[in-house]
Amino acid sequence: MTVNEISQKLDFKIIAGTSELLTKNVSGVYTCDMLSYAMAKVNQGDIWITVHTNLNVIAVASLTDCACILIPDNIEIYNQTIERANEKEVIILTSGKSAAELCYEIYKTLKDL
Amino acid sequence: MNNVVVRDYSIPANDFTIAGEASSSVRKILSQIGVTPDVVKRTSIAMYEAEINAVIHGNGGQAHIEIDENKILIIISDQGPGIADLDLAMQEGYSTAPDSIREMGFGAGMGLSNIKKHADVFEIKTAVNEGTTVYITVFFKPVKN
Repeated sequence: MTVNEISQKLDFKIIAGTSELLTKNVSGVYTCDMLSYAMAKVNQGDIWITVHTNLNVIAVASLTDCACILIPDNIEIYNQTIERANEKEVIILTSGKSAAELCYEIYKTLKDL
Repeated sequence: MNNVVVRDYSIPANDFTIAGEASSSVRKILSQIGVTPDVVKRTSIAMYEAEINAVIHGNGGQAHIEIDENKILIIISDQGPGIADLDLAMQEGYSTAPDSIREMGFGAGMGLSNIKKHADVFEIKTAVNEGTTVYITVFFKPVKN
């Protein structure tokens, strides 16, 4: 399933990412707000859910090759972060739901439950 | 590839707008020369942690990298306060990062252990009031025992 497909299905808002980038494949989901921990644990193709919206999340997303960053609870994202995401070709999505709800929904969708 | 690629980067103190740029640049070089994604990831994580440590704790510093056909050597040095108790600093979960740093998602006390986990060879030289230098080597092919 691509980032675009799951975004449509679960109603995520696309904040950064070109249509070409949105064809990236999603293979899992991980949530963690400690950046070192996320960096060690986020797998390539994961949707990474974090409440952080600073520039460092773009570096972590880029270094881990995650499918995209998903910001829960409609947390506002700094313009500087969006600009950096576009520059580094990192997809940012947002949702009004909590990290726990998002993990549940993404897991269910990916496992076709 | 017989040539050695050498790069030097400056790591500014407490500037999170460009923290990680050196690691990002090295990641690009390794991908371009065809290093496997697993090695690229291990190298990037180890280097990013060391770079962030220099930004947060070392008042900034320098990164020097050398890439040959077998490996990458990363040397990150700072002239910061040094590490008083290295054994303690190596312990997962121990951190001296202030709250302002923790609010950004750093300061989990996993930096050094993350470097150790992802590097093939990891060495630290540190002296109080003189600074810290970390040496990280990652081999491109698994090393036979």
